[in-house]
Amino acid sequence: MTPLQICLLISALLFAIGFAGAVTRRHAILALVGIELMLNAANLNFIAFWRYGAHPEALTGVLFVIFSIAIAAAEAAVGLALVIAIYRHYKTSNLDEVKELKG
Amino acid sequence: MSLPFLITAIVTLFAAAAAMSLRNLVHCALSFVVVFAGLAAMYLQLGAQFVGFAQILVYVGAVAILIVFAILLTRSGETPNQAVIAPGWFYGIAISAVVFTMLGWSVLNSKTLPKEIAAAPETSVKNIGDVLMNKYVLPLELIGLLLTAAMIGAVIIALKEPSKTDNAGRKS
Amino acid sequence: MFDQLDQIFVTLKHLLMGYVPERWQPLVSAVISIALIPVIFPGLFSIVTILERKGLGRIQNRPGPNRVGIPFTKIRLAGFGQFIPDGVKMLTKEDIVPRAADKVVHFLAPVVMLIPVLLAYSVLPFGKNMTIADFDAGVLFFFAVGGAVEVSVFMAGWSSRNKYSLLGAMRAIAQMVSYEIPLILSAVTVIMIAGSLNLSEIIAKQNHYTAGIAHWYVFTPWGFVGFILFLIASLAESNRTPFDLPEAESEIIAGYFTEYSGFKFALFFLAEYLGMFAICTLGMTLFLGGWTAPFACLTWIPSWAWFFGKLLAFVFLFIWIRGTLPRLRMDQLMNFAWKFMLPMALINIVAAGVWHFMGADSLRWVYSGGILAVAYALLGRGLMNKQKLGKRTYRYAE
Repeated sequence: MTPLQICLLISALLFAIGFAGAVTRRHAILALVGIELMLNAANLNFIAFWRYGAHPEALTGVLFVIFSIAIAAAEAAVGLALVIAIYRHYKTSNLDEVKELKG
Repeated sequence: MSLPFLITAIVTLFAAAAAMSLRNLVHCALSFVVVFAGLAAMYLQLGAQFVGFAQILVYVGAVAILIVFAILLTRSGETPNQAVIAPGWFYGIAISAVVFTMLGWSVLNSKTLPKEIAAAPETSVKNIGDVLMNKYVLPLELIGLLLTAAMIGAVIIALKEPSKTDNAGRKS
Repeated sequence: MFDQLDQIFVTLKHLLMGYVPERWQPLVSAVISIALIPVIFPGLFSIVTILERKGLGRIQNRPGPNRVGIPFTKIRLAGFGQFIPDGVKMLTKEDIVPRAADKVVHFLAPVVMLIPVLLAYSVLPFGKNMTIADFDAGVLFFFAVGGAVEVSVFMAGWSSRNKYSLLGAMRAIAQMVSYEIPLILSAVTVIMIAGSLNLSEIIAKQNHYTAGIAHWYVFTPWGFVGFILFLIASLAESNRTPFDLPEAESEIIAGYFTEYSGFKFALFFLAEYLGMFAICTLGMTLFLGGWTAPFACLTWIPSWAWFFGKLLAFVFLFIWIRGTLPRLRMDQLMNFAWKFMLPMALINIVAAGVWHFMGADSLRWVYSGGILAVAYALLGRGLMNKQKLGKRTYRYAE
């Protein structure tokens, strides 16, 4: 098992854990946390390929991760603002109880 | 693969599992901070200095604080009495196990992955800056636009509607 | 001779390395460099607590502690031994943990605060060739670990299960996050002009002398404004007066570390002061040339002496400000950060750009300074006009 394969397996495991958490937890914030974990796993993938792949001097992996971190931060901000707005309206942050479109 | 890297990876994975399975949300958020820090340590060990520091600055310093504030603003700070796992959790775990198996199998049996370990790339912040301003200037500007839009959008969504009060001071 | 005095610590370390076998050299070298930090800076911390108490006392027209010199003797030393009984008191006090507190998080919060602060010292240059880890991205590392302190503030406030601690922690985090942006933006002007994130290189760019005066960045218009902004933001980041609402004794007892006693409180106190020193050092390195001398005739004084001298001058300035200015209210504090300091920092970046691209013209002083003066007048006066400072009205007494 080359180091690249070990890194990819770690990132796949992180992705699976994030996915499991995002799907099985009831709280809205934890779904967002699971999504952040999945994004981080993908970032680890990029850095592993940048380090062990061909043409590391093109810096594509590093730049991709920098942009991905920025986008994930923006998405977390908007997602959490949505959770707060939903809480204010439905008085609950339980995803199972937010199932009506009525305002 | 060096021992510090494997230890960091194991700590990160345990913290991720804890972040997804603890009952108390604030504990979940704090284990999430450990995950971010572990990932930053892994980036540093893979030689990506700038990305590791940016990960700590953005994720630990900002996103984790954002999650914690959201937990407090939605009054989820105490340990919940009801079940925290959604019904149908079995299918979620099963699907994620299938996802991991597929990814693992494709990684281990891939024929296109490079076999030799290349030397560690020499990169400096100056190179990152050069590439950012020359080759990747369009994504940079778009990210700026996206962050502005996200900031304005998040503020507007989370803004409290101004409540109207009549002359006697009663709110409506 | 003075060059040797300057590099005395580096030569001492090389001598010690000579006695260590080849295999252990990197490890022992790292351990020696790192071990000096927890020895020197907490020592400086104890001296600064005395200086602060005596300084504040004199500003408030009282003598401050003046009895304890050397314990168990009658030598008074004008009270400068006060830190010894203070240290013993903090270490031997009972460690009270509230019954409803979250034990693990409550225990870990002081540790999580101290570790990033100590990490931040590893990129700071203490003298010529005296940096522990000369990273390529040193300034970014410093700000990254500075951001990690906010997590520990939250941990301390939340785990105490005390609504005032939580309120103090939320205020402290809001203040730290708000002032981090002008801090980083004012550092960005220096990074832009110096062209590097490496602290040793930033100092090297300031190490020239024209007409006997050094090329410190503080002597330029954008550098001066940047330095003032950095100073104000670092006061806010270290929770010092006038920004100490989250931990002021007359406001919220002690804010997020109300429920801490004994050694844990000592760790918080230590972490706060060490953070103050670290950020003073960064400000000094970015704007005041780090370990360089201001005048060419004074370069014979060793670099580490200049470093500690400037650091003590900064600490004296912070103590002076603490004794003199009143506290800002939370909304005034946030208004100041977002409505004055952030636009001023952005305009400072523009002024620095104008300075750089006008080349070696002497007209650039006028343009750069003009932009900053106009911006300050408009922002400062504009914000002041909004304040309706009229007769005091009461909300519920109608």
